[in-house]
Amino acid sequence: MRISIRHETRYQYSASPTRVTQILRLTPRDHDGQYITSWRVEVDRPVRLSQSEDAFGNITHTFTAEGGESLTMLAEGEVQTHDANGMVTGTSEKFAPELYLRETPLTKADSAITSFAKEITEEARGDRLNQLHVLLAGVHRGMIFDARPTDTTTTAAEAFAMRRGVCQDLSHVFIAAARSIGIPARYVSGYFRRIDGVVDQEAGHAWVEAYVTGLGWVGFDPANGISVTDAHARVAMALDYLGAAPIRGTRYGGGEEVLNVFLKVQA
Amino acid sequence: MAAFDEMTNADGSIRPAYAPLAEWLRTAPPDLLTYRRQEAELLFRRIGVTFAVYGEKEAQERIIPFDIIPRIMTTKEWRGLTQGLEQRVKALNAFLKDIYGRQEILKAGIVPPDLIYLNPAFRPEMAGKSVPHDLYVQIAGIDVVRVDADTFYVLEDNARTPSGVSYMMENREVMIRLFPELFGQNRVAPVENYTDELLATLTSIAPNSASSDPTVVLMTPGQFNSAYYEHSFLADKLGIELVEGSDLFVKDEVVYMRTTKGPQRVDVIYRRIDDEFLDPLVFRPDSTIGVPGLMSAYHAGNVTLANAVGTGVADDKAIYSYMPDILRFYLGEEPILKNVPTWRCREPEALSYVLDHLPELVVKEVHGSGGYGMLVGPHASKQELETFRKKLQQDPEGFIAQPTLALSTCPTFVESGIAPRHVDLRPFVLCGADGVRIIPGGLTRVALKDGSLVVNSSQGGGTKDTWVMDV
Repeated sequence: MRISIRHETRYQYSASPTRVTQILRLTPRDHDGQYITSWRVEVDRPVRLSQSEDAFGNITHTFTAEGGESLTMLAEGEVQTHDANGMVTGTSEKFAPELYLRETPLTKADSAITSFAKEITEEARGDRLNQLHVLLAGVHRGMIFDARPTDTTTTAAEAFAMRRGVCQDLSHVFIAAARSIGIPARYVSGYFRRIDGVVDQEAGHAWVEAYVTGLGWVGFDPANGISVTDAHARVAMALDYLGAAPIRGTRYGGGEEVLNVFLKVQA
Repeated sequence: MAAFDEMTNADGSIRPAYAPLAEWLRTAPPDLLTYRRQEAELLFRRIGVTFAVYGEKEAQERIIPFDIIPRIMTTKEWRGLTQGLEQRVKALNAFLKDIYGRQEILKAGIVPPDLIYLNPAFRPEMAGKSVPHDLYVQIAGIDVVRVDADTFYVLEDNARTPSGVSYMMENREVMIRLFPELFGQNRVAPVENYTDELLATLTSIAPNSASSDPTVVLMTPGQFNSAYYEHSFLADKLGIELVEGSDLFVKDEVVYMRTTKGPQRVDVIYRRIDDEFLDPLVFRPDSTIGVPGLMSAYHAGNVTLANAVGTGVADDKAIYSYMPDILRFYLGEEPILKNVPTWRCREPEALSYVLDHLPELVVKEVHGSGGYGMLVGPHASKQELETFRKKLQQDPEGFIAQPTLALSTCPTFVESGIAPRHVDLRPFVLCGADGVRIIPGGLTRVALKDGSLVVNSSQGGGTKDTWVMDV
């Protein structure tokens, strides 16, 4: 499937900030089933975009901007994908799968998540893939997609207690649950071409990869309740949202900030 | 079992290191020590060396009790110890380079991978990244205890941001003022040059891109940190700027310090702030005491952090028990300093042994420090033993256990007069691109309570001046 992406993030400041520093993880990489035909990342200011690779193998762009009343980041390009039955192969793996059992503040399983994971996967015990499918259905059905009560700092436990959240929260809950039953799991940020043909989206997408011995990494999309397909364009991967966030930044000065995202994902 | 006393042999004779002091004590007027102790307390109050005790309702500032009777080692004894310390720090650096690099030690099956991967002190962000001069631990505070004339055990490898060196220096300064005659009569190795050696070490580790006169700063979390006094003390003695995160900024992967003359490039940061607060763009996003972009500058090789990020994985108590094997693996040598035999409660057999022998053992939290959350079996009440039994059963992975060591004792001036009290020692090991430096001395901590083995200041411990001298 051909997926064409245009992702613009615009900050507007009520006063000119002294300094803005950001790390972008907005550049997808090739792997089996995903080929980047074209891609560019731009910032609408005279900054030095320094490209690097983080510990997980994600491509990062770091920059510092001084002054100015607005700041726009653009990521744009085209990705060719093939359905691989959810399997993710050919990625550059920097760590053994066991690393992805590591707990982070955002993905710490509390007793509610631990017992949820244990109970729901009990019958499928011994069959990891099956357990993960049960978990996928359980998180998708058990949580309501709702952007109002959560933000980027919401933990898996908090979202699960409300049974609400966005793709980020559902992914964190899935990750926490999977790790609590001993299955390595990790957070993926990227783009999703919607099946209903809607092109304009409010934000990028997030899903999960879990490790199945014998198969390798397999993608699960708890927000949509499906395995990862050729409609998913994978950009960055880490232990949680913080490690894979499309944009992480800090700012000195600048007063009030207004953030607008313009995202088009289409054929 | 009677502990080894560093002054007096079992037959009552005096060991060589203490001969001059014993003679002085014998002839000193009875009230002299009392007067000197009062003077010492006044001096420390005036200097303002305080520390905060955690776990109390209000972390109040206190003065660590100072004992005016020095702890003494001969130059020969010291030399043996330093060889062991140097070897240990070499192994720590080799281990960290490997863990964040090729991970040969995991492939060789010497350390279980989950102890690394699931360790909160392991920083995945450092994997595959090189650090200037391949050095991770530039400043170590290796805690050792002595059990007989020749044997030292390492208790802890403090490889993150070890503190206490200001006490070593202040204790000496106060002792010289109180007992000038003793320093006149004895050749005590100086410790005042510690900061010169530290500065030489920090300068030597500057990135290759730095100028020949690199800018070194000391970064503190701020005045509310319990070790703030030491941070300002050291910056002052080093003659470098004491900075907080907000005094630094990063532009295009270069770190600058704001000064009245405009931005000045920074090459080496002696940071006394924990990893997770260093850079809100990589670690805790809510950290307001870090520097955004610092890790990018670090990875780009434009600044050296001392110690490196992620060194905590080497001084973790769970890793500690593997140190003899780690040392053999990288250096191909036998460890000079001993490791305390350690039961890893994560292993079922070890756990059942520990539960069966709880009253004889010392139990520690794997990720704890400062003597908090520790059980000293022989001194514990029945209730404390039961509490720990439950803790161990609930979270065996969180604990290790060790036999109760007969820590050596040193003469100490307490309420009842001069009496033996248990001590440990934290020597400071500096590791630069141009070699290892160890100041003859260190911080001797003393358990002031009769029979107590817990020397931590937060648990009622005091300090002593530590003398290394020719006899």
